[in-house]
Amino acid sequence: MSATATKAPPSRPPAIRPSRWPSWLANPWRRPRFLAFTTWVYVAWALVPVLAAILFSFNDGRSRSVWQGFSTRWWWGDDTLSVFHDPKYTDALLHSLYLAGFDMLIATPLGVLLAIGLSRWRGRGARSANFLMLVPLTTPELAMAVSLLLVFTQLSLLPFTAVHLGTPAQVIGQVTFSISYVVVIVRSRLAAIGPEYEEAARDLGASARQSLQYVLLPLLAPAVLASMLIVFALSIDDFVVTQYMASSGETTTVPMLLYANARGGATTPALNAVATIMVFVTLVGVGGAYLILRWFGHRSGGDQGKAAMQDLTGLE
Amino acid sequence: MRTEGGLWRGLTLPGLLWLALFVVVPAYAVVAVAMGQIDTLLQPVPTWNPLEWNVGFVKEAFTSVLPGGTYWSATRNTIVYVTVTVVLCFAIGYPVAYYIARYAGRTKALLLVLIFLPFWVSYLMRMLAWIGLLAPDGYVNVVIGWFGLGDPDWLNGNPFSVVAALTYGYIPYFILPVFAGLDRIDQRLLEASRDLGASPFWGFVRVTLPLSWPSILAGTVLIVLPMFGDYYTNDLISGSPHTNMLGNSINLLIQGGSQKNLGAAMVLVLMTILAVGMLYYLYETNRQERRRA
Repeated sequence: MSATATKAPPSRPPAIRPSRWPSWLANPWRRPRFLAFTTWVYVAWALVPVLAAILFSFNDGRSRSVWQGFSTRWWWGDDTLSVFHDPKYTDALLHSLYLAGFDMLIATPLGVLLAIGLSRWRGRGARSANFLMLVPLTTPELAMAVSLLLVFTQLSLLPFTAVHLGTPAQVIGQVTFSISYVVVIVRSRLAAIGPEYEEAARDLGASARQSLQYVLLPLLAPAVLASMLIVFALSIDDFVVTQYMASSGETTTVPMLLYANARGGATTPALNAVATIMVFVTLVGVGGAYLILRWFGHRSGGDQGKAAMQDLTGLE
Repeated sequence: MRTEGGLWRGLTLPGLLWLALFVVVPAYAVVAVAMGQIDTLLQPVPTWNPLEWNVGFVKEAFTSVLPGGTYWSATRNTIVYVTVTVVLCFAIGYPVAYYIARYAGRTKALLLVLIFLPFWVSYLMRMLAWIGLLAPDGYVNVVIGWFGLGDPDWLNGNPFSVVAALTYGYIPYFILPVFAGLDRIDQRLLEASRDLGASPFWGFVRVTLPLSWPSILAGTVLIVLPMFGDYYTNDLISGSPHTNMLGNSINLLIQGGSQKNLGAAMVLVLMTILAVGMLYYLYETNRQERRRA
C-alpha cells in the first residue's frame, strides 16, 4: 500500500451530492460500518465455538453440550477419567508428540536442502523436480494416504516391505507431506535474502560450498527454525495420513481420538481437554515460528508481520 | 560452473529421492491395484506390468460415479456441497478479506491474527466444537427454541449441517489468499478509475474485482482440492450414508471393506476429475498473466 493512497481520503471530499451507492462503494476509503460488522461477526463465528469447546473441558458434569458449572475434574481432578490420569488420553498425547518430533527432525533437513537446491538449479530436470515437490501440496490428503497404504501393504519389494504400519509408516507419511511446506517457507526466505550476500562471499574468494556453509545457512537459520516449528504443528494436527498409517491402539494420536469419540454419547469432557492441549501445543509452535520470522524478517520495509504470516500459510 | 550445478543438484537429491519413493511409487501402486486382480479371499492382487492391466475395476468406478451408478449420490452430493460451500466462502470471505485489506487501519494487525488463528486450530477440534453446539440439548437448539422453531436434528444426516460445517472448516483457507490478493492491488488504479469518471460500482467491478480474480481462483482451488478427499466432516457431523461424499465412498472401500481394487480405481476417478479442474485453473491463470503483460 503506497503512502499516497492512504493519505488520499482527507483531500477527497466525501460524496458532494447524496449518493445512491452504499457508502463502502461510494467512497472505498471511508470507514464502512457494514463491512466492519460483517468482519467482526465472522471473527466471532470462527472463534467462539472453539472457545466454547475449550470451556466445556472445565464442565462440572459429564455433558459436552450443557454447562453444569466449573470444575477441573476432567483435567486432573478425577483419578481415573481425567485427561492426565486416563492412559487413553496420555498415550495419545505422547504418541502425537513422539511422531511430531520425528517428523520435524527428518522433514526439516530434507526440505531445507531441497529448497536451496531447487532455487539454484537451472536446466534439465529442474522443472520436473519442482513439479514433484508441489504434488503433495496439490493432492487431496486422502489420495496420498490411500497410495501409501497400498504401497506398504501390497508391494513386496525393499524398502517398502521393511516399513510396517504403525509408527514407522506414520512418520514416513507425515514427512512426505511436510517436506513441501518446508520448501515453501525456506524458498520465500531465500528470495527475501537475495543473491547479494552470496555474491559478495564469492567475490571475496569463497567457493560455492563455502558461501553456502558460512553465508547462506546462517542467514537461513531463522527460516529453518520456523520450518521445524511448523512441521511440528502440522504433524500434531494431521489426521488422514496418520490414521491410514496406524496399526493398533498404541499408534492412536489425539486427532484420531477426536475422530473416534467426538460423536460418542459416553465420551466425557476429558476429550475436550485433550483437544485443548493439542490446540495449545500447535498454537505455541506456530506462534513461535511467526515471531522468529517476524523478528528476523529480511524484507526491505513493508509489513513484516503480514509477510511472516503469508510465509507460514504457504501462500506466495 | 559445471561443478556448481552439480552441487545444487546434489542438495536436492535426498529430498527428491524421498519424494520419488513415497509419492511416485505409491501413485503407481494405486494404478497397479486399480488395474489388478482380486484373489479368492477378496484381497487385491496388484498387477505391476502395464501389459497385463485389467481395466475392469476402473471401468466399474467410472460408471459407478455417473448418474444411475452406485456412487452417483456421492458424486451428486460432492458437487452440490462443494459448489454451495465455495459460494458461501466467497459471499462471507470476500467482504471480510476486502475490509481487512482496505479499511482495517489500526485494527489490521489484530484482525490478521484473528483470521489466521482458525487456520492453525486443528480441523477436528473445530468440528468437535460444533458437535457440542449442535447436539440435541446444545446451545444452537436452545437459541432456536427461544423463537419457537422446534428442535431440529442437526447431527444425523442433515445436509445443511454438513455444508455449514464444510464452510466453517474451509473458509480460513479461502480468506487468506483472497486477502493477500486484495492487499496487493495498487490503490492508485482505483483512484485513477474514479478520476476517469467510473462510478463507484463500475470502479469495483472493472478494477478491484478483476484484479482480485486470480486470488479468488487460488482460494477456490485451495478449498476444493481437500474437500474432494474429505470424509471426516461427514462422518463427524452427519454419520449417515445419505450425505456421503466421494471421500466417504473411497474411505469405506479402502478402510472399511474388502474392495480395495475398486477403492483404488475410485482414487483414479477422483484424480481425473481434479486434474481437469487444475488444468482449467492453470489455463485461466496463464490467460490472466498474458493479458496483464
